[in-house]
Amino acid sequence: MTATAVGSTTPLGEKIRVTQPRVVLSEWTKLRSLRSTRWSLLAATVLTIGLPILGAAVISSHWAQRSAADKASFHPLDVALIGSQVAQLAIGVLGVLVISGEYSTGMIRATLSAVPKRLPVLWAKAAVYATVCFLLMLPATLIAFFASQAILSGHHIQIAFSHAHVARAVVGAALYLTVIAVFSLSLGAILRNTAGGIATFAAILFVIPPLMNVLPTSWNDAASPYLPSNAGRAILAITRDSSSLAPWTGFGLFCGYTAVALLLAAVLLRRRDA
Amino acid sequence: MIEARNLTKDYGEKRAVDDLTFTVRPGLVTGFLGPNGSGKSTTMRLILDLDRPTSGSVIVNGKPYRDHAAPLRQVGALLEARSVHTGRSAANHLLALAQTHGIPQRRVDELIDLVGLRDVAKKRAGQFSLGMGQRLGIASALLGDPQTVILDEPVNGLDPEGIHWIRNVLRGLAADGRTVFVSSHLMSEMSLTADHLIVIGRGRLIADLSVEQFLKQSSKNLVRVRSPQASELRELVLGPAVAVSSDEPGVLEIDGLTSEQIGELAAAHRIVLHELVPHQASLEEAFMDLTRGELEYQAAAGVEVAA
Repeated sequence: MTATAVGSTTPLGEKIRVTQPRVVLSEWTKLRSLRSTRWSLLAATVLTIGLPILGAAVISSHWAQRSAADKASFHPLDVALIGSQVAQLAIGVLGVLVISGEYSTGMIRATLSAVPKRLPVLWAKAAVYATVCFLLMLPATLIAFFASQAILSGHHIQIAFSHAHVARAVVGAALYLTVIAVFSLSLGAILRNTAGGIATFAAILFVIPPLMNVLPTSWNDAASPYLPSNAGRAILAITRDSSSLAPWTGFGLFCGYTAVALLLAAVLLRRRDA
Repeated sequence: MIEARNLTKDYGEKRAVDDLTFTVRPGLVTGFLGPNGSGKSTTMRLILDLDRPTSGSVIVNGKPYRDHAAPLRQVGALLEARSVHTGRSAANHLLALAQTHGIPQRRVDELIDLVGLRDVAKKRAGQFSLGMGQRLGIASALLGDPQTVILDEPVNGLDPEGIHWIRNVLRGLAADGRTVFVSSHLMSEMSLTADHLIVIGRGRLIADLSVEQFLKQSSKNLVRVRSPQASELRELVLGPAVAVSSDEPGVLEIDGLTSEQIGELAAAHRIVLHELVPHQASLEEAFMDLTRGELEYQAAAGVEVAA
């Protein structure tokens, strides 16, 4: 070993420096090079496509035996979007892990040593993860819609993509899952702990909404639509009950919650010791 | 060049780093020495802006670390705690770090070969042994061909061949004119690699001097003498500036006289000597002397610790 062997034989010139696009590329490399990422995203995609197909097949095969009331309450769009309910769990868990995994393994020290200004890392993680989720979920929800409707068309109970609000709801499902990605990633950055992040995510999405039922009905009706999950899912709804928010209003509110969470994560990332 | 000025860091009630002022110069290997828990790792985290100082400041190559446009070109660091995602391969880990700066893939490959991880580069880092983990950490540190290298306990977990390798890497980096700052809790390790020493205990600066000075300053000039007339010799040498101790019959340890003085004194009084050995305090002893009283957890001598 000589001194020269340690130095770089590859010339590292003036162009070597940190830029936001480079941090984005780095975060893309990190995301695609972990097994947990590939499995979670594969699960989310398979569930988003598979569950509606399965659901449509089951409904089709038993359609004749259904009661008139069941038939009346059936909506073909609900079947097409059931996958998103489960996909949001997979996307949320991975979103927390994208950041908490760096803290639990110590990777965060390498990451922040390379980018000591810190914030470019958070922006890059959010941008990369949101983009990947949208690019997977948009085709997945579209495939789920057309496949499930094709099955339902055997009984002429399908709904057309051109039908009022259907396109908004289907694309909205992919948008909702994309914002879920940023929301969960922000929770992971705020809590810096996998168990805590996932528990908080699950509480906000799955535990608090049913708990609202213990409140007096008038309070429940007044507050429930403003919960992050209910507000966000307004964009998936094609029929509205009186208390829920308008689709874009609700989705906008959910984006607002997510922006607040991301901003809090940014402030804490700047301030706290790594 | 690393310049710390009155650097202080509290974690809650506990003061981990206490008013440290020192300069680490280029072209030398500077050893950062202190008992476990004395604040070495915290100081290194402060240099890298991973932790924010409670007061004081530290700058690297003229600026706070975070203000450099290409931080990895300025400082490469190996921190004591592992800083690698266990699920990612060594090659992808290095690539992701390189990409933040636009460092080309070729440099990544070069380092994988340099640290000898070619065969396992595609394996997940979680499956690495301690020694392989250290090699990966060193590859990360050298990625940007940095001006300043900070290594926290780099020989931990390395086999003898690896230790030899890291010593050569450190010497090579310093010979290139770079700033090399290496922590250790082992003085013997430092004596083989370092030119200069910064010694801390309980977060405070104890010494900032060259290795040579350190040895000269710390070693007591003990002389071991074996003689059949030990008791006579003892009476002869005892004086206000001379202390004599004896561990076994016929053997004296004389502190305060040189071996020449003792030999001449014995000859003048016709005392037979069987052994006359000047004995420098070992490095570990010197280090212990220096940090005595600064140890965070010192076992009470001769007292049962069990409550």
